[in-house]
Order: sequence, then C-alpha cells, then structure tokens
Amino acid sequence: MTETLHIDWTLCDGRGLCTELLPELLGRDEWGYPVARTSPAAERSDVPVPVALLAAARDAVALCPRQALRLDRC
Amino acid sequence: MTLTDCPPGGAPLGPPGDSRTPGIPLVSGAVGAPEGTARLFLAASTTLAAHRAAYGDLPTANADSLIDQLRLSSLDGRGGAAFPVWRKLASTREHSGRAKGRRPIVIANGSEGEPLSRKDMTLMTRAPHLVIDGLLLAAAAVGAPDLHLYVSARAADAARLALDERPDARHVTLVTAPDAFVAGEATAVANAIERGVSVPRDHVVHLSESGVRKRPTLVQNVETLAQLALIARFGADWFRSVGTSDEPGTRLVTVTGDVPAPQVLEVAGGTALVHLLAAAGAGPGELRAVLVGGYHGGWVPAEHVGAPFSKDGLRMFGAAPGAGVLMALAASSCGLAASALIADYLAAQTAGQCGPCVNGLPALAGVLRRLAGGAVDAALPAEIARLADLVTGRGSCSHPDGTARFVLSTLTAFADDVDAHLHGRCVVNP
Amino acid sequence: MDAAQLDAALWAFGRGTGVVALVALTLSVVLGIVTRSGRPLPGVPRFSITLLHRNLSLLACVFLVIHIVSLFFDSFAQLTPLDVVVPFFGDFLPFWQGLGTVAVDLLIAVMVTALLRNRIGLRAFRTVHWLAYATWPIALAHGIGNGTDGTSAWFLWVSALSVLLVLGAVGWRLSTRFVEFSGARTASPTGSQREVQPR
Ligand code: HEM
Ligand code: SF4
Ligand code: SF4
Repeated sequence: MTETLHIDWTLCDGRGLCTELLPELLGRDEWGYPVARTSPAAERSDVPVPVALLAAARDAVALCPRQALRLDRC
Repeated sequence: MTLTDCPPGGAPLGPPGDSRTPGIPLVSGAVGAPEGTARLFLAASTTLAAHRAAYGDLPTANADSLIDQLRLSSLDGRGGAAFPVWRKLASTREHSGRAKGRRPIVIANGSEGEPLSRKDMTLMTRAPHLVIDGLLLAAAAVGAPDLHLYVSARAADAARLALDERPDARHVTLVTAPDAFVAGEATAVANAIERGVSVPRDHVVHLSESGVRKRPTLVQNVETLAQLALIARFGADWFRSVGTSDEPGTRLVTVTGDVPAPQVLEVAGGTALVHLLAAAGAGPGELRAVLVGGYHGGWVPAEHVGAPFSKDGLRMFGAAPGAGVLMALAASSCGLAASALIADYLAAQTAGQCGPCVNGLPALAGVLRRLAGGAVDAALPAEIARLADLVTGRGSCSHPDGTARFVLSTLTAFADDVDAHLHGRCVVNP
Repeated sequence: MDAAQLDAALWAFGRGTGVVALVALTLSVVLGIVTRSGRPLPGVPRFSITLLHRNLSLLACVFLVIHIVSLFFDSFAQLTPLDVVVPFFGDFLPFWQGLGTVAVDLLIAVMVTALLRNRIGLRAFRTVHWLAYATWPIALAHGIGNGTDGTSAWFLWVSALSVLLVLGAVGWRLSTRFVEFSGARTASPTGSQREVQPR
C-alpha cells in the first residue's frame, strides 16, 4: 500500500519546509510553492511517497506551518 | 473578435431544429416518445401543463432500474467533465445512510460560469420542468431529502416560477450563483450550498462520498438532469436511437463568436462541427478556427471542421465537447490576439486561493500577451510551454489545467501565427 | 539553612526561573516571526526554526511552572492557586502580579491551541496565536514591575535587549518584503477560504 502526500493548495503558502524535508520528492517553483519533481500532472497534488521517505513525509505533515499537508493511503 | 461577442443574455435563442408542435394529448400520462433530435424543447410553453402535455407525468422511479437505464444509455455529464451519470448516482447511493449526517444531497447545477455558454440558461428559461423532473427523479433514486437548484442570475426568475408551480417541488431550495468562471465547479457548488461562498475547495474524496456538510452529494448539470428525466420515461434504447454509439442521444450546443446567428442548438451526438456552424450561418471558408468546449477547451483549425463533436473526434485537438460550446473565429482575426484576451480573462478568474494558480496563470497569460503583441523573442513559446506544464495539476480545481490546455492548444492551432509573430509579422494583419 | 535563608533561596530561584522563561519567550516570539516569513536563518533550515520556536515555547512553559510553583512557598508573594489564573487579586503588588497572571492565561491559550493545531484547524490556531503578540509585552511588564530585580541593572539590560529584538522582528514582520518570494509573487492568495485576518 503506497501513501500519497496530499497538498491542499488553498492552504499552502509556499513556506518551503516540506521541500527542505523532502528534497528528493519536492522542488520549489519560482514563487516558492512545492512542485513534485517527477510526478505526472495527475499526481502533483497527491504525490506518491516512497517508503524510504515516509518518515520525512510525516515530519513535513507535522511541521507544515499552514497544515496544508496530509498523508493518505491509497 | 471581442469577448463580449457571445449572445446577449435573455435573448430568445432557440433550438431551431424541427419546429413541430407535438401532438398534445389532453389526457396526460401516455405520451409517445419524441422522435428525431428535438427532445428537450417539446413543451409548447414553460407551464407545467404544457410540460405534462408534451412529456406525460413524472414517472415513478425505481432506483435500481433508473441507474440501470442510465448505465445502458451511457449518458455522461453535460457540465463539462463528462463523467458517467449512473456512476455518480450509484456512488452517492452507496455512501448514503439513514443517519442524519449521511443523508444525501442533490444539486442541479445551472450556474453556467462559462461565459460563452448559454445552453443552461436556455434550458432553464424554456424547459424548466424537465430539469426539475430530473432533479426529483435523481433525488428519489439516491434517497436524498435535500434538493437544491443552483442557477445563474439570468435563469433564476424562470426557475422560481417553475418551482412555485409544482407542489412536488416544494422542498427544492433555489440558490443563485454568482457570475464567476469557477462558480460552477462541483466543489464550488458544494461550498455555495454549505457556506454561501462559491469558490472551489480542497478535496481528497469524491463529493458523492463527502460533500456538503460531509454528506454524500450529487451535483449534476441541469441538461444532464433533463436528459435523465427523458431516459426515466422513455428508456435507454430510445435515448441511444439518435447520435452515434460513442456519443449517443442529443446534446445542447451553444454556437457563438464570429457567426451571423449565434444560438443554442439541440443536436444529435457526434454531429460534425461544420453542420453546427452552418446552423448558425457560418461557412468554414469564413473562419480561421473554432474554439471547442469553451475557454477550457481547444482550438480546431478551420480545415478540420469536418471533425465530429465527440470525445474521440476532438481529442487530437486537445479539446472535448465539454459543456457544448463552439466559438468561431473569423478568418480575418489573429488567433494569438484572440487567445491572449481569453487567457487574460481566465487568469483574472482564478478564485485566488492556490499559489500556483494565482501566480502562474497571470504569468502564463502575460507571456502569451507578449507573443500576441508582437514581441520578437524566440524563447516565448518554450516559456509558455514551461509555465503551462508548471501550473498543471497544482490547484484545488482544474482551472489551472484547463487554462494551460487552452493556451497550449493556441500554440498548436496557430503555429503559423506564432512563426509569423516571431519574425515580426502577423498572418492576418500584415 | 534557617527559614530566612530558605526564603531567600526560594526567592532567588523563583526570580531566576522567571527570567529564563521570559528570555525563552522572547526568542520564541522572534523565531515565530521568522517561521512566518518562510525564510531560513544562516545555518538553520526552516523546519529547525519551527521546531526551535515550538521547543523554546515549551521550555518557557516548563520554567514558568517552576517559577509559579516556587512562589507558592514564598512568604512575600503568598501566591494562592486562584492568583495563578484570576488576575489582580493578589496581596503582593496586585497590579504587576496580575499582569503575570494575565500573561499565564494568554500563554495557556496560545500553547493549548498550538499543540492541538492539527486538530482544531488552521483558522482557530492562527486566530488564537495572534495573542502571542499581547502575551510577550505583558509578561515583560510583569517581570519589570513585579520582580525585585526589575530595577536592577542587569535585568534592565536583558529587558532592553529583548525589546530591541522583538521590536526589530515586528518591524521586519510589517515590512513589505517580509515574506520570502514576496518579490516574485504577483499576488498573495486571498480567496475567501483563507483566514480573514490580515496576515
Ligand atoms: C507549542 C507551542 C507553539 C507552536 C507549535 C507554535 C507554532 C507556530 C507556527 C506554526 C507559527 C507560524 C504560523 C504561520 O506561519 O502562519 C507560529 C508563529 C508565531 N508564534 Fe508560535 N507556536 C507555539 C507557541 C508560541 C508562543 C508561546 C509564542 C509567544 C508567546 C508564540 C509566538 C509566535 C509568534 C509571534 C508568531 C508569528 C505570528 C505572525 O506574525 O504571523 N508561539 N507559531
Ligand atoms: S510546508 Fe506547507 S505551506 Fe510550506 S510549502 Fe510545504 S505545504 Fe506549503
Ligand atoms: S486552482 Fe485556481 S481557480 Fe481553482 S480553487 Fe485554486 S485558485 Fe481557485
């Protein structure tokens, strides 16, 4: 069962914590908002998280200052 | 071409098609199924009596058989997303329960945020009872006690009159939608009903599972519901008896833009674009291109107007029937200039919630505007492609995706304009 | 150690912990503002700043609890449990001590909502979190007015430095270039889904 990192764009303010914690998964666009590095368009708001990055993803969810992140099982 | 060229609201745009008046049986109930492609506008007037005379009484719905007939008919949503209707009904029913918090809600969506479209307004002002029939039938099928009719301001009076005429629709709440592009997006509709704010919201599950106040919520376009009301009466086989196998039935199309007689048509699914344009008085020779599917759609160059108005036929142009809009662009117009105006409009219609949309769409529109304005910079098309890719999939609704798709289709359909502009010329205004 | 000595030791302990709590709170406010800016500090990544902000707040609370508990045993202050939550009723310097009580109440509100923020939602958390800006000056005023050290030179120096730090941070907070990427963004998202307070 893979988990996906859901980004609520209505809350995200591009503070860049998640991109620091998950550099393998997320980059930043020119306005500071996170961009899934490799995901196709359909997975850019629900980014599949490799098992090795799950712990970092949980940290990102806990630390996002805007509570814009959540992990979902799918 | 200007953005205000679309038909004025309230003008009696008619489905021309065949103008036969139905044989009006005075005893309602046993009414024959309509023949041909004139199906939705058979009532002689907007009164309930005329409606009953044309279509008969509201059939008693058996949930399973209705959903079954919808599945066999392959009716898909007519609001733009074209999702199979039976699936939404089945899913809503599946997620509903008897507990107060699980009772489903059904919303008829006639907000028509797409500024080019007039078909929902036409339907609401000419055949409101068919829509209400569909709303009542869908609600009965999913067991919903809460019914809402969410319509644009220009259709609100007609909707009010029709509702007041019907004792069986007392429990339907009428809600007026603001005139905003994204106000008709399904989660914006749910937000409007729940909180009176018509902006899209973040969602991880379908509305049919958790929508208004977390209850299973069915949002269907008003044309979809009108078609449903006909399928409930006359069945899937009848529905499929016109149209093509992949686009069965009829659909409403708004033909607008640079055509002599902008109008709303009821046509068989899969009709070639050229016939739709001809009905509005435009020949292919007079046109450069046609924007198909509305502002989130794609441009079809004039030489391809033989293409059918169907998902398969339009895919190669990055377009889809969507909400059934065709906007013609005169042969004398610059495709880039027209598209830049539309992109500016779309950028201004962001609901202002999501960073990539709020920042990305104006940036995207800005680069297209520069290209259209004659900036000679060979890097512009690549920059447009980069920004279009950057915003795609990164919003709470599909507004960035639709805008990106539209802009990319501009580059493809008007490749010769792009080339000319990059050499300091313009194809139509040399 | 006789009773007078014990009293003096307790008094010093109570003061010391109060001062540490205040310093931790000062740093927390500054780092809260840095968190809000979205910028890292040299050598400190953004997530560490949020963590530091939280942990300094927790540290301030721990020292505050010790500060208060030690004052229960103090013969001067004669603190009662009621004084901890209801302001301006104390026997000793009721006004200045009352300010301390107000600060504690505010801090409890800020801390509880902050720790539960993932449950109560962004809007409630942010609304209550604005109280932080009231908490800090009230706590400082309490320290200066109530403390025996309030007028001693070293404490005034610490206070002055804290005020400078916080004023500097608040000034920065109010400047237009405060948010990272503020130059690149055409607009900040302001849709009605977002919180309504100024940000
Ligand atoms: C467990 C405790 C706390 C946590 C988890 C926490 C968390 C946060 C977070 C996530 C932000 C950033 C909000 C945003 O960017 O929108 C923030 C901002 C801030 N925090 Fe805290 N905080 C805590 C306690 C405190 C305390 C005790 C104070 C001070 C008395 C404080 C003062 C501030 C200030 C001044 C800001 C900046 C607010 C602004 O200007 O927008 N915080 N805090
Ligand atoms: S940490 Fe949260 S607010 Fe910051 S960029 Fe990531 S999702 Fe957005
Ligand atoms: S993607 Fe754009 S239009 Fe859609 S909700 Fe977000 S800001 Fe609004």
